[in-house]
Amino acid sequence: MIPLITSIIAITLSAGTSLVYATIGEIYTERSGILNLGIEGMMLMSAVTAFATAFHTGSLLLAVLLAMLVGMLLALIHAFLSITMRANQVVSGLSITLFGTGLASFLGQRLGPESNGFNLSGMSAVKFNRLQIEGLGDIPLLGAVFNQDPLTYLVYLLIPVAWYFMYKTKFGLNLRSVGENPQTSDAMGLNVTKIRYLYTIFGGMLVGIGGAHLSLAYTPGWTENITGGRGWIVIALVIFSMWNPSRAILGAILFGGINAVQFRLQASGTDIPSAYLNMAPYVATILVLVLVTVWESHNRKVGPPAALGTSYMREDK
Amino acid sequence: MQLVFEKRKAVSRRAIVLVPILSFIVSLILTGFLLLAFKANPFRTYMAMFIGAFGSWSNFTETLVKATPLMLTGLGVTIAFKLRFWNIGAEGQLVFGGVAAAWVALFWSPFLPAWSLLPMVMLVGMMAGAVWAGIPALLKTRLNVDETLVTLMMNYIAILFAEGLYYGAWRDPEGYGFPGTKLFPEAAWLPRFSGRAHVGLFIAIGIGLLLWVAMNRTKWGFELNMIGKNKKAARCLGVNVKRNILVALLISGALSGLAGVSEVTAISHRLQQGLTMGYGYTAIIVAWLSQLNPIAGLFVAILMAGLLVGGDQVQMMMGLPAAMGLVLQGMILFPMLAGSLFTEYRIKRIDPRNSRAAESNEELSV
Repeated sequence: MIPLITSIIAITLSAGTSLVYATIGEIYTERSGILNLGIEGMMLMSAVTAFATAFHTGSLLLAVLLAMLVGMLLALIHAFLSITMRANQVVSGLSITLFGTGLASFLGQRLGPESNGFNLSGMSAVKFNRLQIEGLGDIPLLGAVFNQDPLTYLVYLLIPVAWYFMYKTKFGLNLRSVGENPQTSDAMGLNVTKIRYLYTIFGGMLVGIGGAHLSLAYTPGWTENITGGRGWIVIALVIFSMWNPSRAILGAILFGGINAVQFRLQASGTDIPSAYLNMAPYVATILVLVLVTVWESHNRKVGPPAALGTSYMREDK
Repeated sequence: MQLVFEKRKAVSRRAIVLVPILSFIVSLILTGFLLLAFKANPFRTYMAMFIGAFGSWSNFTETLVKATPLMLTGLGVTIAFKLRFWNIGAEGQLVFGGVAAAWVALFWSPFLPAWSLLPMVMLVGMMAGAVWAGIPALLKTRLNVDETLVTLMMNYIAILFAEGLYYGAWRDPEGYGFPGTKLFPEAAWLPRFSGRAHVGLFIAIGIGLLLWVAMNRTKWGFELNMIGKNKKAARCLGVNVKRNILVALLISGALSGLAGVSEVTAISHRLQQGLTMGYGYTAIIVAWLSQLNPIAGLFVAILMAGLLVGGDQVQMMMGLPAAMGLVLQGMILFPMLAGSLFTEYRIKRIDPRNSRAAESNEELSV
């Protein structure tokens, strides 16, 4: 029993890693007042970039860096459209997802080796392996926490740092104030446009790492739609964590856990058809969303940043 | 010199027409660079796409085949977006409509006279699509749950539900393991008129025209517009916002459901893998590029269908991935979104050295 639970914990953390990166990224973006619904497309693009880079160069570092860059570039498009051009943020985000999905699929069929018809799927490349931490990794149950890949270890650090930065530094305060009330922040001398650009792009960078984790560590390789809606679950997780980076871990554990149980059930051969089993994360997202929304409506203290999704135009004042 | 945006007094009609056309051209140019990067000749590729989609009557019928579900889902999305209700679940509504259509076609035929089977299939399919859109609409209006996420999650649920059926309970026992149901009885087939193009096209066009009238010439359309522009104001003027949202979403879902019905009853004649081609997502592009105008939406749907068919052709002829068409589609919304600013704003040049800057402003664009 203990080895089974240990393995479920291990898969949970591994499955949750990409979710935490992207959730924290999106929390920072949304805190500045920008809603980015392009996560799904950004994760797909960074996943294909990371895998293609790892395949052709054999360098994991370069793969992650390029995935980050791709995430940042797509976030920059969203920032330009929604901040400078004041486009509707929902539609802008959707178009990032549509574009990213299409381009990732195109690249996946084009960046592979000629011997495989330029296809990337079915290929294998260098990947992040699990590194067991000496001593700690042998502890029953808890050992699973210390038997992970490097990107997951990095997430353990990211969560407290992201929380500290947002709540305990001047920059974090500025970020939150821009998302709550851009007019006042502007009057106080903050550059609203610059801050929004900065955190939208920063968010894209973290989303990029999340995408890279999928194709380099969690399910190494490239398959079309490798994300399977994770980019959307992330949007729900941001609401679930009430825009607080330290709570991003809860949602990731919940959804990583669902993934892990699914994985285990499938491996052990259950009678439930896999299609119905695979519905679990999506049904859970709706349930969680309903519960959190109802709960939040009774607690007026928490809620989305007041200026989320609205563009700020100085000339309109 | 400094550039600032100034709000126009009225929306620019010229910009409304020009921006989508320019967006398409910009998308062609940007994708052209991508093609160059992969050592493909953009002109030859586009020419092949064009011929593939519109070059002959038989090619064009294939474009119409794909345009039909795009029109229906695009119109469905248009109604929802008009209310600023972000229904991105057209894909799931289409699938659920298709599943319900298959259910009626496969299991109700012994109890119904043959003439009534097809109308019943369509009716139940549309109701299923309406239910699939009604759930997020209810969650939104009753509990204020974010509709974007719920509609999207319900796409995955519907797709997996359909998969579970055609791989499992409904799988054709004589299908040699092929993931699909038995063939529908012929009474449930939607007639084709040329190639695979079917009467669903005329139904879609009819609905598009009807919707244009309803949205522009009736009280209902007026209320939709008002809610979309300002919910609070609409409420103050006595418009029942919640009921309007629910009704509009039921119609929206029913149209996508009908797209699913026509796919299974006219094209595949069974429920099978490949029902989800991403029409429900392309529908978002159709709706936005047509600026939520149902008649424009019909034409945009044909254009988008052309890109999909052209993409398939390019794959066959030049070995480029068919996802080409998706890249072109995805690229269109960027310039479109950027350009929309010019329908409401114009760029002004201000010279800070000139104290009378206000008078010497110059209109730069559109």
